[in-house]
Amino acid sequence: MNEKYLYSLIAVIALFLLAYAGVEAAGLQYLFGIIIPYLAIITFVVGFAMRIMDWASSPVPFRIPTTCGQQKSLPWIKHNKIDNPFTGGAVVIRMILEILFFRSLFRNTKCKMNEGPRISYVWEKWLWLFSLAFHYAFLTTLIRHLRFFLEPVPFLLQILEKVDGFLQIGLPGVLISGVVLLAAVIFLLLRRILIPQIRYFSLAADFFPLFLIIGIAVSGIMMRYFTKVNIVGVKELTMGLVTFHPHIPEGIGAIFYVHVFFVSVLLAYFPFSKLMHMGGVFLSPTRNLPTNTRAYRHINPWNPEVKIHTYQAYEDDFREKMIEAGLPVEKEL
Amino acid sequence: MANLKPDELIARIDYTPPSTGWMDTPTVIRAGMFCYAAKPPSVETLGLPYAREWNPLDDDWKLPANWKEIVLEGLRDRLERFRSFKVFMDICVRCGACADKCHFFIGTGDPKNMPVVRAELLRSVYRNDFTKAGKILGKLAGARELTLDVLKEWWYYFFQCTECRRCSVFCPYGIDTAEITMMAREIFNLLGLNIDWIATPVSNCYKTGNHMGIQPHAFKDMMDFFVDEIEEVTGVRVEPQFNKKGADILFITPSGDVFGDPGTFTAMGYMILHHYLKVNYGLSITWSTYASEGGNFGFFTSNEVMKRLNAKMYAEAKRLGVKWILGGECGHMWRVINQYMATMNGPADFLEEPVNPITGTKFENAKVTKMVHIAEFTADLIKHGKLNLDPKRNDHLKVTFHDSCNTSRGMGMFDEPRYVIKNVCNNFYDMPINCIREQTFCCGSGSGLNASEDMELRLSGGLPRANAVKYVHEKHGVNMLACVCAIDRAVLPPLMQYWVPEVDVTGLHEMVANALIIPGEKKKTVNLRGEDLPGMEDEADE
Amino acid sequence: MRLDNLLKRNKDAIVKKWLSLAIDAYPADTSKFIKSQKDPFANPVGNTFSNLGPLFDELLNEMDYKSITSYLYPIIRVRAVQPILSSSQSIGFILSLKKVIRESFKKEFSDNDILKELLVFELKIDELALIAFDVYMKCREQVYEIKANEERNRTFRAFERAGLLAETSADGPSL
Repeated sequence: MNEKYLYSLIAVIALFLLAYAGVEAAGLQYLFGIIIPYLAIITFVVGFAMRIMDWASSPVPFRIPTTCGQQKSLPWIKHNKIDNPFTGGAVVIRMILEILFFRSLFRNTKCKMNEGPRISYVWEKWLWLFSLAFHYAFLTTLIRHLRFFLEPVPFLLQILEKVDGFLQIGLPGVLISGVVLLAAVIFLLLRRILIPQIRYFSLAADFFPLFLIIGIAVSGIMMRYFTKVNIVGVKELTMGLVTFHPHIPEGIGAIFYVHVFFVSVLLAYFPFSKLMHMGGVFLSPTRNLPTNTRAYRHINPWNPEVKIHTYQAYEDDFREKMIEAGLPVEKEL
Repeated sequence: MANLKPDELIARIDYTPPSTGWMDTPTVIRAGMFCYAAKPPSVETLGLPYAREWNPLDDDWKLPANWKEIVLEGLRDRLERFRSFKVFMDICVRCGACADKCHFFIGTGDPKNMPVVRAELLRSVYRNDFTKAGKILGKLAGARELTLDVLKEWWYYFFQCTECRRCSVFCPYGIDTAEITMMAREIFNLLGLNIDWIATPVSNCYKTGNHMGIQPHAFKDMMDFFVDEIEEVTGVRVEPQFNKKGADILFITPSGDVFGDPGTFTAMGYMILHHYLKVNYGLSITWSTYASEGGNFGFFTSNEVMKRLNAKMYAEAKRLGVKWILGGECGHMWRVINQYMATMNGPADFLEEPVNPITGTKFENAKVTKMVHIAEFTADLIKHGKLNLDPKRNDHLKVTFHDSCNTSRGMGMFDEPRYVIKNVCNNFYDMPINCIREQTFCCGSGSGLNASEDMELRLSGGLPRANAVKYVHEKHGVNMLACVCAIDRAVLPPLMQYWVPEVDVTGLHEMVANALIIPGEKKKTVNLRGEDLPGMEDEADE
Repeated sequence: MRLDNLLKRNKDAIVKKWLSLAIDAYPADTSKFIKSQKDPFANPVGNTFSNLGPLFDELLNEMDYKSITSYLYPIIRVRAVQPILSSSQSIGFILSLKKVIRESFKKEFSDNDILKELLVFELKIDELALIAFDVYMKCREQVYEIKANEERNRTFRAFERAGLLAETSADGPSL
């Protein structure tokens, strides 16, 4: 057992016990249901904003996009507008593809040698596929949860839930997003544990959010399908939170508080962790700038004054030799 | 020994090293994998700090007493000045997409050469001293303290990165290890930990105008010699111009091509092309001895030094009163020109927006920097039918093209050189798609690592590139590796000699010049290298 | 020749184990990559080990020096420029084959005849190791040769051609 994931696992189990015992034994519903969620939200919002402002406070001295396609040069050479974006609009498209479809991960091709010296290309696509599945399942789940914070539940949200549950297995119907989320996050975890290369550079900080998200998903699934949480009570509590009239209804099981506590920890942990890649991806100078530096001058706010070796100084050094070699000079001997 | 049974003896042979985390695996600085320390005079030329004699293999690197303070202050300063650096320190999720994309990892087999780990070497210290999580959780958050061993590890591995940016192509957040390596090297410079192969060219370039330290008269002598060579081969006497006021165009290319084979043949190629354009179209192009270096090893030193060396290009263009600047074939030179030059030393208001006077083509993509790549220029000439070419003269060549890292991932120049090649020779075969264009593999010697003492590093790092060349050699009989980079021309020959000795190396414009039918030329029987032209073998003997 | 039959029958398993030991010379994290990445362009190092099979065949047959060196070169040429491996590690993989065979047929070696055959076969492995040493040294010599010649090839020769060096200009005015 590797200490990195062991510590992370223990931490998540400890968090579980803390919330479970806190509610079941100590009756701290108010703490876990109201105070901690509020604090977590505040930490998340303030922390996230501060982090973004901190990044933004550092200037972008040079325009250094990674060019991943043919540049715009001569009119008859086909320009790759997306991977080598010349305009702001093209950059937006590049960023959309990057953020919504993980284009760079998708690029991960490899080629295979077949019988004879024939080559075929296959995508190394599992990482891309599961990352995408994970993020979209998470997003869907998140949006789905808005039903707990909105009254009446908007029509679009009801549609989403219908689509999410189209398989209509069991009662209550299985929501695909939850299953995909759990499956994808487990894939990402196993990948980190089983592939030695990835394990080599993985940190405890990489395992912790994975275990935490597994905890969130499992506790959510438990509530929905197994312990059958008191949904009316839950909605009462969540509506109380958003309307700033928080109170604790009776009859909500401890597992709910565990779920909320896990989410709170994730929110509070977010701004201080690698999860900030969510904000950072928008600020990455190798992706979010046009590649037109030869056509439009980029300004470096701290462009340093430097000492250069002038032509005059150069000619002073070599004048005699230059004249002898027949090179033109500014000042004769 | 006597009591040991053979089986037990065999069992003791265990080649598997202990599997420890990277932080717990000490770094050993191995001969062949690093470049010698900078000589003090080279460091002093530009007034860089802590010039001294030191040896990477010694325990004592003779660091200033407050070195730790300098490093941390240097990091803080750069975090505040470079958003790229700050964001890249924070957002890596260690997904591993980059891990097996680095030629040094693939070739050296050293796991610390995985781009993510290379960055983590520095990130671990960043977390320890600049983030709350690192300060509180320490090693659990991936933080570690800056120690002398950590500094040495940085030095060893950040000089095993060629800033080729291949990892950044595959990174979902565009994290660019080159950027991190550049910051690390800036910090080494604060401590006088330069390598000689970078510091000496920088010092030479500053003083004499070029990396080789060639003085103006010697530069002229060398070019005069090329004039004779060209006359011998073509019967035409070209007349290169130097420091010529009022010329149309200033031409700047890496000095490596003027002083080292096989780049010299590319330099002759430029001279022949210039002559052709002068005679046919009256275009006046001048060389400069003051700005006689296109390459910029300052780029591998610090952004300030890069600016100091680059400034000469505009200064010379202004002094000579040319319309715009034409740049020769070079890799990192073009990353500097394309992504840094106008920002650092612009605006170049004294120049005109570049227009090819022969074809009327406006180079709109270069309208502010006012510097055009010669592959763009030549492709335009060929497209408009302005060059009289006989590609059959290159029929003995089966050519493949090595995309240089910097013109690929810092510019995106892929189809211009390919268009030129296809017009000057009849046999062209690209390497497999995941080894070319934006996915091209580095020569293994870029970013100032093309010394001789680190030959093992270069040969192993160049293996992925050589391996792909070997493939097209075996499949198509490729015997010539074309490139648009002076460092490539210097380092690919030994790389080929070791891995694929049947393949030689050429610059783009050597092939152009060999195919070019020059007005007044004699019946050509040999090319610039003195090799028989196809179909002319018999006449060559006469 | 009962050992030969045994080896022939189990060739695939033996070569697989041999390969594994050969690659394990690298740090664990690298070796897993070398073993798993099948793309010959992304993993040229791992790709060279496809030659272990033919090498094993040579041991079973006549041991043709020329063929053997042609199989060894691709593997050893890589290892010769990887200072992460010591010299002994670079060619030690040949001797790992002894370990593989001894461990694979422990039971069979209780038979004295087979054991005698093994001793003969191991002499062949020793010979292979010596050939590997030759190949390794050739590669190392080439590296040093490249190192030594590089400066000359690069700059000196161009200068010399141009007559910019004192020794050639002594022959008379070449320019």
